Amino acid sequence: MDVIINGERRAVAPRTTVEEVVRSLTQEPGGVAVALNDEVVPKAGWATTEVGENDSIDVLTAVQGG
Amino acid sequence: MTHTHTRAGAEPAADRVGAPRRPAAQRPGAQAGEDPLVIAGCSFTSRLITGTGGAPSLRVLEDALAASETELTTVALRRVSPDAEGSVWDVLHRNGIRPLPNTAGCFTAGDALRTARLAREALETDWIKLEVVADERTLLPDPVELLDAAERLVDEGFTVLPYTNDDPVLARRLEQVGCAAVMPLGAPIGSGLGIRNPHNIELIVEQAEVPVVIDAGIGTASEAALAMELGCDAVMLATAVTRAQDPVLMAGAMRDAVNAGRAARRAGRIPVRRYAQASSPAVD
Repeated sequence: MDVIINGERRAVAPRTTVEEVVRSLTQEPGGVAVALNDEVVPKAGWATTEVGENDSIDVLTAVQGG
Repeated sequence: MTHTHTRAGAEPAADRVGAPRRPAAQRPGAQAGEDPLVIAGCSFTSRLITGTGGAPSLRVLEDALAASETELTTVALRRVSPDAEGSVWDVLHRNGIRPLPNTAGCFTAGDALRTARLAREALETDWIKLEVVADERTLLPDPVELLDAAERLVDEGFTVLPYTNDDPVLARRLEQVGCAAVMPLGAPIGSGLGIRNPHNIELIVEQAEVPVVIDAGIGTASEAALAMELGCDAVMLATAVTRAQDPVLMAGAMRDAVNAGRAARRAGRIPVRRYAQASSPAVD
């Protein structure tokens, strides 16, 4: 199953959760937020929210700026 | 909502003539540090808000933030990079500095709303420094999108601190829709051009019932002091420190400049005179 993670197309297993996507990018999920198809997924919902075919997942964090 | 915010030093000059008043800092009972910056009910000792962009390393950034004595510091929100080394979030956290996420890079109200919602989730704060810019070349705020975004974010419960033009009318409109502060630019972001329209900044200060924070354009310490002398409640800067040849030294200079400018404003400067006024007694 293909999804778009931070703008890049990637193959993931069926029933992959948002939590698993986040863990694949960073081991320090503090200060991280996730948008699934442009909608915020609250942290409490990461473990139970599954991504679907062609979903777009953005995983964002605080960086130097401003 | 009623505002108890008062603006030290804003009395008309005529009120100061004839009855010299002691500066607040020398009045009985006044303590050093008893002049907090209050934004949306939160009190800060420091009146210097810093950014984090442009620092050569996290180590230098951390030392500069410490030297600045800032208590409120902006961060941007970007996609996680697997090879990022260290985190600005950790730097702020271990130094007890409150993070102020921004919406840098947003060109429409819709972009800004999406970024603000993500920032609220990532950083667990409903404070947002709202930036909605018109184009890459100037990074000037887009007033139409900015006001729209501000109103919608206030409605969603955000504490909104908008980066705005040095336009007194727009500043008033932003305040009217419920922004917790207004942050007019001195000059374009990163330009170091200083305060290009001090008269407009004074007009914004005169009318505002929320804190006024000069934001962008400051290049060196004298310009930060000037902002405070004009009556701004705080100074926000990043590039002037992070891209200085010695960021840590400049951070300390900015801290001192903001404090000096604030004290000068509260003290009440002498009127400007056209001719000399002897400061020594006349010869008998």
